[in-house]
Amino acid sequence: MPAFTAHVEVTHLPGIADPAGATVERALPALGYTNVAQVHIGKTIRLVVDAPDAESARAQVNEMCERLLANPVIEAYEVVIS
Amino acid sequence: MSARIGVVLFPGTNCELDVEHAVNELGGTAELLWHGDDTTKGVDAIVIPGGFAHGDYLRTGAIARFSPVMGAVGEHARAGGPVVGICNGFQVLCEAHLLPGALQKNAGLKFLCEMVTLRVETASTVLTNQARVGAMLRIPINHFEGNYVCDERTLAELRAEERVVVRYVDNPNGSLDDIAGICSAQRNVVGLMPHPERASDPLLGSSDGIVLLKSLLAAAASSATMPV
Repeated sequence: MPAFTAHVEVTHLPGIADPAGATVERALPALGYTNVAQVHIGKTIRLVVDAPDAESARAQVNEMCERLLANPVIEAYEVVIS
Repeated sequence: MSARIGVVLFPGTNCELDVEHAVNELGGTAELLWHGDDTTKGVDAIVIPGGFAHGDYLRTGAIARFSPVMGAVGEHARAGGPVVGICNGFQVLCEAHLLPGALQKNAGLKFLCEMVTLRVETASTVLTNQARVGAMLRIPINHFEGNYVCDERTLAELRAEERVVVRYVDNPNGSLDDIAGICSAQRNVVGLMPHPERASDPLLGSSDGIVLLKSLLAAAASSATMPV
């Protein structure tokens, strides 16, 4: 079976606090970057999955996100298969 | 025979001995339950204590949910048996879907370790049956992810069914609706961020947690007489 690389990006849902992002946003002006806004810090998860085709790989990774990799109460996720 | 309280031990749990000590001091019999065993050994009630189960990797409680013991904890809960999650235990219960919602990082990005005042909001749960509604309890918190959040529908349900068990008088972490602890629809599963076991002796600065632990022992004793 071919191997597919999945790139999963987990981010906070709108309205969920991102204190780490907010802290970095407050730190950047100290380096002179006074033109920065909307800093968000999330997670990247990379994995390799054996599957018959890309669509089946995507379906499996989406399921992994729902069941473990992200918490749908507070997080959103995006899957890129290559 | 005194009520048998199972205290779940994951790798990274660090409050199990405090809970064990407090339970035994109050006349119960605490028994540690290893996360890798898929049994609760027939205990009358279960406490999931605080700490950093499985290092809190990925998210707090996310990996702990898949430990073998959690299947047995779920069965115990569904059969009406008392289950209490304290701090990290609350996070584990949310990830395990035994309680709704989630705990996000504290508003303000600070780890909080301080005494807080809680108001008891309902006396009909396994953790508050000996308490009085409106009672003010001084109990410490010790967490980074204690900021309770859920969707609007869940919040409306929690309020309508009086499932908010304790509220912060002075919200320390940004929790929705000042929520410090909630219970399941059957009222036998309770999760809260404050640590009653750390307020179980005047030497610790407060003994206000005793009424909560005694409630759990009472619930465990009556659960022991029920066929499960």
